[in-house]
Amino acid sequence: MSVARYHSQLRQSAAERRAETHPLTWRLREDGAMVGLDEYVAKDGYAAVREVFDRQSPEDVVATMKTANVRGRGGGGFSAGMKWSLTMKGPDIPRGYLLCNADEMEPGTFKDRLLLEQQPHLLIEGMILAAYANHSYYGYIFLRGEYVDAARSLARALEEARAAGWLGRDIAGSDFDFDIVLHTGAGRYICGEETALINSLEGQRANPRDKPPFPGQSGAWGKPTVVNNVETLCNAPAVMRHGADWYQDLSADVSEDGGTKLYGISGKVVRSGLWELPIGTTGRELLERAGGMRDGRALKTWLPGGGSTGFLLPEHLDQALDFDTIGELGSRLGTGLLTVVNEDQSVLSLVRNLEQFFARESCGWCTPCRDGLPWTVKLLQALERGEGESGDLELLDKLADDLGPAKTFCAHAPGASMPLQSALKYFRDEFERGVAPPSHAAQADSTPGFIHQQVR
Amino acid sequence: MTDTIRTLASDGFALTDEERRAIEHEREHYEQPQAACIEALKIVQRRHGWVPDAAIPAIAEVLGVGVADVEGVATFYSLIFRQPVGRHVILVCDSSACFLNDYEALRDALSARLGIGYGQTTGDGRFTLLPVCCLGACDRGPALMIDDLTYGPVAPDDVAELLEGFP
Repeated sequence: MSVARYHSQLRQSAAERRAETHPLTWRLREDGAMVGLDEYVAKDGYAAVREVFDRQSPEDVVATMKTANVRGRGGGGFSAGMKWSLTMKGPDIPRGYLLCNADEMEPGTFKDRLLLEQQPHLLIEGMILAAYANHSYYGYIFLRGEYVDAARSLARALEEARAAGWLGRDIAGSDFDFDIVLHTGAGRYICGEETALINSLEGQRANPRDKPPFPGQSGAWGKPTVVNNVETLCNAPAVMRHGADWYQDLSADVSEDGGTKLYGISGKVVRSGLWELPIGTTGRELLERAGGMRDGRALKTWLPGGGSTGFLLPEHLDQALDFDTIGELGSRLGTGLLTVVNEDQSVLSLVRNLEQFFARESCGWCTPCRDGLPWTVKLLQALERGEGESGDLELLDKLADDLGPAKTFCAHAPGASMPLQSALKYFRDEFERGVAPPSHAAQADSTPGFIHQQVR
Repeated sequence: MTDTIRTLASDGFALTDEERRAIEHEREHYEQPQAACIEALKIVQRRHGWVPDAAIPAIAEVLGVGVADVEGVATFYSLIFRQPVGRHVILVCDSSACFLNDYEALRDALSARLGIGYGQTTGDGRFTLLPVCCLGACDRGPALMIDDLTYGPVAPDDVAELLEGFP
């Protein structure tokens, strides 16, 4: 068969990956098969758990994670140590839940899939450490339903870990009890939102919850709940094994943020792929690793970390890909997987594709999101056909603002607003060209497009 | 409402003992039984390919939760099918990376080959065609899934050969 089955792949050879510099990927096998329990243990696996249980209190773990400054790799960039410090815990407070967000669905993102399929024990070890730090007695891996290969790896790894005493009662003679259940989803991007994920886990519609209370105070079934991304949790074992200073040093030359990042690139490049590199690596280095632009076409624009991040320009390629630097450019690091667009591509059409995605995936809970996104799509489609009306660009500006932060329960609409707002800023001429000349507009149906939308 | 429930429940649908046991087993994994709802819907879907209306009260009864709660969940999630689907479900990734690699040509090739659009099933009951969120296969787009298998990159010319593997 000429069509290849898809398998996750890292574009770094074993020779390039070392324990001292590649904490997330140095154990991965050249053949791409899952690293089983024996191999994981032989490669220093579960050593961090043993060490922590021997010598450190949960408070120590939180403090180390805080100093290491592991920022949330799901795209939010919130310090994991800080999040863990805010979890309610104490003698009178029931032990709660640790949820691993493995609902990877951000357009352009394919990093957690690699860790889940090939190295599930690293995630389990990270979850044990997180559970210990947060007094969680039960963990769930919320995995998107389409990640069938990852589900197989995780099921096997959970069984292996349980049989070896790394999960269950009295883990490694520590008196600490913790177990993990694999929970698979049934579709919908919104499940990746922290509080929607909790609702979905509880068997409800995945609408987000109002905050406060934050999950750390009252999350799943009203108990203190920690939600962390796969990659974030996978950083914990090395941080606890080698210390916060070592972790900071991994990226000290290039960023204030600690550690390494699973970076990736896709779109119009020669070789798309994934690499583990110090956080703060530049877009230019990634583009070079990807062999440059495909077919010799010029770079037009790029998204730094998924569909819910703002467009950047070629001139931004030398900036550090870390949370603060990309934030200062008006975008977000997001998941850190670049989507590369060449000169032949209409940005207007790409934005329409993105907004169609966000419109479809809106859970419908909040008005700006539920109604604003289809309206946006309608306007963009009209511009694409060259049938936009005067005032449409200003309307899109207004919509981008109304979809922005603090107007909805969750970050879905603000995420959708980012590519729209930045495209209107950097590629406004493309939108302007979609407005029909006055004579043509006068002949067209005078009913604004959004009215059609609402009637239908 | 009560009448509706009775009608649905008496529609000749019954969970098998095995399904009931599987759902009860899932329930053990959670603090509240409602959490097993999605898994229960998937269990029903495994046998029928989709979730008939009459399955909703049956699941609600096993979990001891409201019919409306199960129905609310069953209508929210894109991978729970509420009408019959083909023997094989094709999920076409339509997100940004696949868009840049012209998934639209792939979608059109599938549509032309099968004679159906999104949300439709071929007359012989073999394939259903649906769009899906970013499949996380962006380094090999355009990507698609057929049942449990992910493929990428898939060129429009590959479609005929690819589909042959799914009788």
